[in-house]
Amino acid sequence: MAEKSDERKPLLSKKIDKFFTGLADAWNFVRRFFQEVFLPPYEFKEVVHQCYRIGVESLPLISLTGFIVGIVFTNQSRPSLSEFGASSWLPSLISIAVVRAMGPLVTALIAAGKVGSSIGAEIGSMKVTEQIDAMEVSATNPFKFLVVTRVLATTFMIPILVMYTDFVALMGSFLNVNSNELVSLSTFFVQVFESISFLDIWSSVLKSLLFGFTIGIVGCYKGYNSSKGTEGVGRAANSAVVISMFLIFIEELLVLQVVNAIRGM
Amino acid sequence: MAEKVVEIRGLKKSFGDLKVLQGVDLDLFKEENLVVLGKSGSGKSVLIKIMVGLLKQDAGTMHVFGKEVSRLNSKQLNELRLKIGFSFQNSALYDSMTVKENLEFPLVRNVKNLTKGEIQKKIEGLLDSVGLPQTINQMPSELSGGQKKRIGVARTLILDPEIMLYDEPTAGLDPITCMDINNLINEVREQFKTTSIVITHDLTCAKVTGDRMAVLLDGQFKAVGSFNEVFAHADDQRVKSFYDYNFIES
Repeated sequence: MAEKSDERKPLLSKKIDKFFTGLADAWNFVRRFFQEVFLPPYEFKEVVHQCYRIGVESLPLISLTGFIVGIVFTNQSRPSLSEFGASSWLPSLISIAVVRAMGPLVTALIAAGKVGSSIGAEIGSMKVTEQIDAMEVSATNPFKFLVVTRVLATTFMIPILVMYTDFVALMGSFLNVNSNELVSLSTFFVQVFESISFLDIWSSVLKSLLFGFTIGIVGCYKGYNSSKGTEGVGRAANSAVVISMFLIFIEELLVLQVVNAIRGM
Repeated sequence: MAEKVVEIRGLKKSFGDLKVLQGVDLDLFKEENLVVLGKSGSGKSVLIKIMVGLLKQDAGTMHVFGKEVSRLNSKQLNELRLKIGFSFQNSALYDSMTVKENLEFPLVRNVKNLTKGEIQKKIEGLLDSVGLPQTINQMPSELSGGQKKRIGVARTLILDPEIMLYDEPTAGLDPITCMDINNLINEVREQFKTTSIVITHDLTCAKVTGDRMAVLLDGQFKAVGSFNEVFAHADDQRVKSFYDYNFIES
């Protein structure tokens, strides 16, 4: 029968000890990603496969959500603008709101729910069924095949999905504006492009890259470190979504501060 | 005397407070089938996971082909892993890939310059060897437990290993499929000239496949020898009860 060894005392209290150990683990995971991403062999085929899964398979949900967001936001903004006789500013208001904040945020939150949880659950289930160990003992690098490919795919695909969401949301908004204010497509989009600046697009792309990276790395980290069987897989998927969403809001806030500082220069 | 391929001395491993291996000594010789017996949680799987570098020992040495596993860098460890095939308890087939892709995965990443025809031929040959050529395009979820075990063995054999490690090969299988798997283990040794360690608590499997038995109790090997040596003259009551339980004798 196995015996108990001498008890190891935690440096601080157990919870604080666990928190800092977790942070160090996460930091090492991110560092390992940046080490492995540049080293051969490259899993191009798997990156393309993951881009398809993350990008193309998310399109129906993203399309529907983006379209509805465009319509609803336009509808909700109209009364306030009409009060000041400024309903003709609707395209400008919508474009600024969608490109600067709502497009990236809505897409990232949907992707965190759909893609982040699926990455966490998939890798977590591979971990608890020893598939990751099986890759390792066959002298292949599971980190490169599972983590690097997925993080690259989310980092590349989220900005593309954000641009797509922006477009779909603006189309939804146009339909609403067109049916109420009888504005033509060209007039609507002229006003849209006059309202947004290069900085808006640049900050939107930067944010999307950050969001994509966050969704991928958090999902992979949680899955890769899951344990305790199926319960652990569920927890990995759940915490992948919760942590990703939390980090997305923090990043949104930070990027906003940086962009505002640049705008003020 | 046969060449020694694995030498374990004073191996210790704990998980937190739990001491699992407490000074294991063992030698494994070329082309022999060694069966490691022991209760669930006695550290049998831990032993072979240390052998392939999935776990690290706390103390002691584990030499495989003369190399101390814990001191190898990742490149050297991967070179060693190419010589060791690990068949997992639950088969650990990649469930998002077909049987063909499962076998292809380690092959294309470790053996360069193979043509598509050569890869196909090697996969078909191995599936023939394990008696499942018809499953080539099936997904793991479409296979039975016994078929999964066989495909798992085929996947490990694709890199022509010199040592095969079987972790509970008959666990969860019906008696007839167990016999099929036992025969497969013997056939693999005959055909591929491998050295094997079979981790099990199934004495029928041990008797059919093993040249030598080693019984792991209290984190150490308490009895090592042929099946008869270990069980006919067992001094330890726990070794005796192991036999009695498996063969329903008292």
